[in-house]
Amino acid sequence: MTRGESRVREIRVGMGTCGVASGARDIHRAVVDVLARRGNGVPVRVVGCNGLCHLEPLVEVVYASGRTRLLTKLSPGRMGRVLRRYVPAGGIGGRLRDAFGAVVDRVLLDEAWQTPSDGQAESEPYLAPQRRIVLEQCGQVDPLDMDAALAAGAYSALRDVLERGSNPALLIDTVEASGLRGRGGAGYPTGLKWRAAAGQASAEKYVICNADEGDPGAFMDRLILESDPHRVLEGLALAAYAIGASQGYVYVRAEYPLAVEILGRSIAAAEQGGYLGQDILGSGFSFQVKLVPGAGAFVCGEETALIASIEGRRGMPSVRPPYPTERGLWGKPTCINNVETLACVPWILRHGAEAFAAIGTKSSRGTKVFALAGRIRRGGLIEVPMGMTLGEIVEQVGGGVGRDRKLKAIQIGGPSGGCIPAEMADLPVDYEALNRTGAIMGSGGLVVLDDSDCMVDVARYFLEFTEHESCGQCTPCRVGTRRMREILERLCGGHGQSGDLDELEHLAHQVQEASLCGLGRTAPNPVLTTLRYFREEYLAHLEGRCPAKKCMSLIHYRVTDDCIGCTRCAQRCPTRAIEANPYQRHEIQDELCVRCGTCLDACPAEAIVVE
Amino acid sequence: MGWIRNFLLKQTGRGDGSGSAAPAGGGAEDEVRLEDVEAIINRFGRDGSSLVPVLQAIQERYRYLPEEALKHLSAVTGIAAAEVAGVSTFYSQFRHRPVGRHLVRVCHGTACHVAGAPLITDALRRHVGIADPQEDTDEDRRFTIEKVPCLGCCSLAPCMTVDGVTYGHLSPHQACSILDEVERGGGK
Repeated sequence: MTRGESRVREIRVGMGTCGVASGARDIHRAVVDVLARRGNGVPVRVVGCNGLCHLEPLVEVVYASGRTRLLTKLSPGRMGRVLRRYVPAGGIGGRLRDAFGAVVDRVLLDEAWQTPSDGQAESEPYLAPQRRIVLEQCGQVDPLDMDAALAAGAYSALRDVLERGSNPALLIDTVEASGLRGRGGAGYPTGLKWRAAAGQASAEKYVICNADEGDPGAFMDRLILESDPHRVLEGLALAAYAIGASQGYVYVRAEYPLAVEILGRSIAAAEQGGYLGQDILGSGFSFQVKLVPGAGAFVCGEETALIASIEGRRGMPSVRPPYPTERGLWGKPTCINNVETLACVPWILRHGAEAFAAIGTKSSRGTKVFALAGRIRRGGLIEVPMGMTLGEIVEQVGGGVGRDRKLKAIQIGGPSGGCIPAEMADLPVDYEALNRTGAIMGSGGLVVLDDSDCMVDVARYFLEFTEHESCGQCTPCRVGTRRMREILERLCGGHGQSGDLDELEHLAHQVQEASLCGLGRTAPNPVLTTLRYFREEYLAHLEGRCPAKKCMSLIHYRVTDDCIGCTRCAQRCPTRAIEANPYQRHEIQDELCVRCGTCLDACPAEAIVVE
Repeated sequence: MGWIRNFLLKQTGRGDGSGSAAPAGGGAEDEVRLEDVEAIINRFGRDGSSLVPVLQAIQERYRYLPEEALKHLSAVTGIAAAEVAGVSTFYSQFRHRPVGRHLVRVCHGTACHVAGAPLITDALRRHVGIADPQEDTDEDRRFTIEKVPCLGCCSLAPCMTVDGVTYGHLSPHQACSILDEVERGGGK
């Protein structure tokens, strides 16, 4: 390596929501301090997140040669030493000082002898099986730096379309040919939706970006909006051009303050740069975007409920047809697309429909972004080609489940999806293949469960969620989800009755068939899939056993003979269920015990067991 | 990098005084000044489609929706009181009861649930002394403990935010210590 190549071009600090939560703010401060002291004038950029959540907080050093070096799991106090290693000082004097400092460290500090954790090597197996289209710039650019976004290609597809004065129909043809389907969950072909809206003879039309990401366990939209907002805005502008709309909305969850902030500033920057607003790039095409923060209602992810919410009403869905593409916002034709769907569009136009269609399976083209979480070694935001199997995602990308545990199930699609058992892990990521299992692709939540997780409890958890989020308008959903939750609660509480499982199944089918909107129609999926694939666990609960030792009413904490009488558990027990008798075997009073697990964590002798 | 700073200041309630700062302890938030409510309405407009943003702004000012403010909103805009009540109780973001000095939001997303979020919430409620299952705030209004569907930080499960600052990889014991720390004026 020559000296020129080792020059550092910039240092990137990942500061998405989870980066900040892991302490990226302190890291950023430390990096700026250290560099100021070293005085070599390397710019420090605040970037979004590259999806490596399990390695946060992280910093990426970009060399003049284009080579990058990822530094992960950092702590602010060690930044000086870390940067000295990877950011060479400017002059001979500085380098001598660094070399001397390193020797002093080795003499004085034990930790200077430890091999530092190598972020580059750790991220390799996670990133290698991925294919990044939507996420290609996430974590690479400062989301608020308009010039950087433009240099990275933002709005180039829009510019191209406008400068050539392309026929909107051609744009729709391209999107249709790419095979892009809605990434919000149901997988409706995007081109068809656009065509339907474009075909409406109305002077006023609207496009809406649905960023009301409500599935628990999913954060794809948040990360995309926080890291690469212009890609989504460009996709929205292209959708508007295709269908003939001049007003657009981004409906974003208010629970994502950073995304709201970044999006608002990005819209303003794009307007200032002439990429949104009146007469875009001198083409005569005008398109305004308004940001609408949601107010916390899962049902607003449903198209018609979302429209009601923007109009200022309660977010209650209405019967379709008419579809929003015919009669939507303020009664005008409206095209609603999910964040990830829109983020695919600029890539498709830049690289061609064939390039996109070449990825994936016959009926599911392109890539899918997932929020990989749960009992997994490497979690975060991933983007994989369609057709990759769930098992490959868990094993190769995620590195498998944790220590001495066994993969039990993969929960896909959140409260509308289902639990796919480990035996079916060779299932590909494909809309139809997933539908056949009783689950759905969903918006991208992928929660890995291992043998310590109770499937009845998982079903109960989701039903509690849908019952709470049901808008209450139609009886099957409002009452059905409640009755189902009550039965599941009974099972988890050890009061299951014979006939409960049949009743549960019967109700599930009724709710599925009779509910008005997608929320109710898909709400029984978590129950039906667990009943289908984990029936023996339901039967165990009927007998008052929880095989995963999770349901609180069905387990007891007990102290074994290994107890050394240290009283640590007694000191920490929040309900004083353990008496502090030093040097004697402790005992837990079952009627006071709340099964919080504090004693289990506190015991140094592993003398507490759950039965 | 100014935006990060401004954003964080706003999140931690040390804003620039543009009305977004949360009053730190009781006092100011209790008094509902109708002119403030009117100023908010004038900022967003009086038609139905402005109702949600107006409610959000009122909540940002008082940290909940005081009844007087809602009545005044209905009187000024002509939006029926039933409609205001309907919308403001439909969305889970809106609160109708005052919030404690510190707002704790415990994530109950899927990843956090399997990682023990119910234990965290139970422990916190016990720790600050909220016994009534209908209540989410202790009697001295020190802490409000809310369950939220998902904070979107699944790799930090189980996690919570205290006054907008996120804490992850919690154990029930740790979560309680964090509240003690925050009450003493510490925390992240």
